[in-house]
Amino acid sequence: MTTADILHETISALTANKVRTSLTMLGIIIGISSVIAMVSIGQGAQSSIQSSIQSIGSNLIIVSPGATRNFGYGASSGRGAAKTLTMKDVEAIAAEVGNIQALSPEVNGRYQITAKGTNTNTSVIGSKSAYAGVHNVTIDEGSFIGDQDVSVRSKVAVIGPTVRDDLFGVGAEAIGQSIRINGMEFKVVGLTKSKGSGGFGNQDDTIYIPLSTAQLFLVGDSTYVTSLSISATDASVMTQVQADITDLLLARHKISNAANADFNVLNQADIVSAASSVTGTFTILLAAVAGISLLVGGIGIMNMMLTTVTERTKEIGLRKAIGATRRDINIQFLTEAVALTLIGGAIGVILGWGASYAVTSFGILETQVSTTSVLLAFGVSALIGIVFGYYPARRASRLNPIEALRYE
Amino acid sequence: MIEIRKITKTYLSGDNATHALRGVSFTIKDGEFVAIMGPSGSGKSTLMHILGALDTPTSGTYKLDGHDVSKLTDDELAKIRRDQIGFVFQAFNLLPRATVLRNVMLPLVYAGMPAHERDGHARRALESAGMTEDRFQHKSNQLSGGQIQRVAIARALVNNPSLILADEPTGNLDTQTGNIVLGTFQRLNKDLGRTIILITHERDIAEHADRIIHIRDGEIVEDSGSHTKRIIPK
Ligand SMILES: Nc1ncnc2c1ncn2[C@@H]1O[C@H](COP(=O)(O)OP(=O)(O)OP(=O)(O)O)[C@@H](O)[C@H]1O
Ligand SMILES: [Mg+2]
Repeated sequence: MTTADILHETISALTANKVRTSLTMLGIIIGISSVIAMVSIGQGAQSSIQSSIQSIGSNLIIVSPGATRNFGYGASSGRGAAKTLTMKDVEAIAAEVGNIQALSPEVNGRYQITAKGTNTNTSVIGSKSAYAGVHNVTIDEGSFIGDQDVSVRSKVAVIGPTVRDDLFGVGAEAIGQSIRINGMEFKVVGLTKSKGSGGFGNQDDTIYIPLSTAQLFLVGDSTYVTSLSISATDASVMTQVQADITDLLLARHKISNAANADFNVLNQADIVSAASSVTGTFTILLAAVAGISLLVGGIGIMNMMLTTVTERTKEIGLRKAIGATRRDINIQFLTEAVALTLIGGAIGVILGWGASYAVTSFGILETQVSTTSVLLAFGVSALIGIVFGYYPARRASRLNPIEALRYE
Repeated sequence: MIEIRKITKTYLSGDNATHALRGVSFTIKDGEFVAIMGPSGSGKSTLMHILGALDTPTSGTYKLDGHDVSKLTDDELAKIRRDQIGFVFQAFNLLPRATVLRNVMLPLVYAGMPAHERDGHARRALESAGMTEDRFQHKSNQLSGGQIQRVAIARALVNNPSLILADEPTGNLDTQTGNIVLGTFQRLNKDLGRTIILITHERDIAEHADRIIHIRDGEIVEDSGSHTKRIIPK
């Protein structure tokens, strides 16, 4: 048999029963496309969370009060409750620890905000001018909290775009307007650029006021901070800076065993790895769902292939009767199974890719199609298709023609 | 030359054993035209399948041109069927999704004939089986019983076999078409010296043959060529 004859037979076999052929392909297509789409969405979510962690600042080390050593999503609620991080600690760190580029002590809390009859409830951060540099906050209009504001405890506020939208309307002019935080009047002096909502709070839905003002009027105690953010001079000194801060604070708080520390020193890498493990689980979950659809698709392929065995066994008997050798039969059926899975597989890859592209272009998530998932999905369904398309044919080719023609 | 000795074929299905052939022996020389007759269920088709190297006997020996067929491998048998034997099945066994022409060409495909030569061969075979050209592109499941039968005959003739085995080749044909087919068989036999064995129920068709073998209950009851009339006692 020439290659042209083999192709002729394959095309004729696949087009002879179009419904059966398309249903078999559908199994392959659904299996492959769902694996590709789901894994790409999972990985997209993962990298989106990671990039939003990067956006909260560079070479960031966060010192927070409290006894919890483990970082978790619930930990922040407890922050501030423990008043173990003082302004004196902050000054000591600034004075004694090296390789610090900028240092931003902060107090924060959620308060009721009102303006001209509208109101919202959002997070208020008392900060110094260093905050903007440490946390990559950029100003869209006006200016950020200045050192002068902090020293005179002025009642000025810098608001995020979401706060502006909630209080004054989408895109409205906010600079110069007044807002009331916890009943006290503040003047809006700046508007931050939108960063998009990320895995870690929403920096667009935040109000910044001078640290001293917040301590005096909102917290009522000027000696404590709820967190201290530090940006190190370089990524390579992060661990050293973290260790120096820990040692210094242990000494200042007179704690000899680090396990009993009444503060946490976290660096960005810790946060990234904690978040990665969560998104990793998420990706595994999606992959499991996709794996199940691959399995269901695979069972569909098996079913289709096996139900055609009777009819095909008769065909094999007929072909052998007119002089086909086993090799002729094997090549024909193998080509058929390969063609079926290749075409179905290609459509599946295109569809899966298309789905993940659609998710990206609708701005839902920046997805990434991974080669591993394409290869894995393709490999599994190709294997199922070939094994179940080829193996029964191979067995039938070993029968003598009359037995094959009689097969029920 | 076909030599079979004490061929038996027993079908086992569960506890039942059907003895389709109970020791059949004969010799058919090259160029003979033999008709096999016998009642339904007497084992004619079973015998024919064995002669066509399509099935294996339960016991006994079958020598085709001196080769013991039972000792040949699967692929050697396929080559014999491909190059030497043309078989017309009682149930025709065409490939339903393929056209008439493609069905007839299939043996040539497996024989490795170049594509451009196949068409002419297939058309000539179809004509000699009494098939008209307007049906050549039809699918074989769009044909009448008699047309299907002629396609099956054409397929058996297309690779110019030295042995033609036909299981009731004229069963579905009217007298006129039947005569075309019979004429073809006779021409192949007389002019080209092909060996022809056909099964028939009709005496006047059997009369065209040089030799008639009668089978009943899996045994030969009469063989006009062996000059030994055996009658089994009732
Ligand atoms: N695969 C099989 N399994 C069991 N019994 C079978 C099988 N094939 C044939 N037989 C039996 O063997 C006997 C001979 O069958 P065969 O087909 O050779 O008859 P036949 O002479 O060709 O009949 P007909 O003229 O009706 O075609 C029958 O009794 C039949 O029932
Ligand atoms: Mg029969």
